[in-house]
Amino acid sequence: MLLGPALAISAVLFTLGVLGVLMRRNVIVIFMCVELMLNAVNLTFVALAQNLGMGGQVFVFFVMAVAAAEAAVGLAIILAVYRHKQSVSLQNMNLLKDG
Amino acid sequence: MTYTVFWIFGVIAMGSALLCITRKNPIASALWLVVTLFALAALFVLLDAQFIAVLQVLVYAGAIMVLFLFVIMLLNLGRPGPSDIKGPLGLGVAVVLGAALLFLLQPLTQTTLPSAITLPPGSVQALQQQQGIVGSVANPLFGAYLIPFEIASVLLLAAIVGAVVLAKRKL
Repeated sequence: MLLGPALAISAVLFTLGVLGVLMRRNVIVIFMCVELMLNAVNLTFVALAQNLGMGGQVFVFFVMAVAAAEAAVGLAIILAVYRHKQSVSLQNMNLLKDG
Repeated sequence: MTYTVFWIFGVIAMGSALLCITRKNPIASALWLVVTLFALAALFVLLDAQFIAVLQVLVYAGAIMVLFLFVIMLLNLGRPGPSDIKGPLGLGVAVVLGAALLFLLQPLTQTTLPSAITLPPGSVQALQQQQGIVGSVANPLFGAYLIPFEIASVLLLAAIVGAVVLAKRKL
């Protein structure tokens, strides 16, 4: 069946998302990598829903609602920070760091 | 046949995700992410989740990615400049951690579900025949998951208010 391949693809996509968060400095790209991780989890939900019942597909619906809310608020925060710092690089967002 | 098509779209999804995290230009990254999301929608269709696939295209590839591209273009980040990818040390640490995570997730591919909770093959398709593709998602959503659904609507209201407040010129 397709469960094994789906979980393998999901694992690779999640790892790529984590890798993107770790290796980039641009906040917007990091944010897109978070969306990539959410999508990898969605693939797991849908693949398991085929074997375990429709609850998985309902959960994907909730993940999408949370992702949409997160994107709206997160991008508004990025816009506010950009107006303040004129930059979206994580290197310039060190207000809480000592010195 | 289904297996082959599944792997074709899976490879498209993984390849474009790799390109998404390695492109220097954020607009290119965003567009490769759109390709990943479309390939994932195709995978959802192959996994008997047609309604979720439509939602994926409408909500993710449509609304959310347009929001990302809008912000990237509003901030004028598409122009060429220094790469935002970390140096050799940061990159090395990231690759080592990524490889460790992949190694830990690798046993997932050999998952066997306990037969006591597994539905017989084809039962999702039978349910979709009986209730309709949208109905088979809507019935649990407005039945067993009604309270989480209402909470999600409150969450979206909070997100709307939060986005408007944050986007005000004077914070």
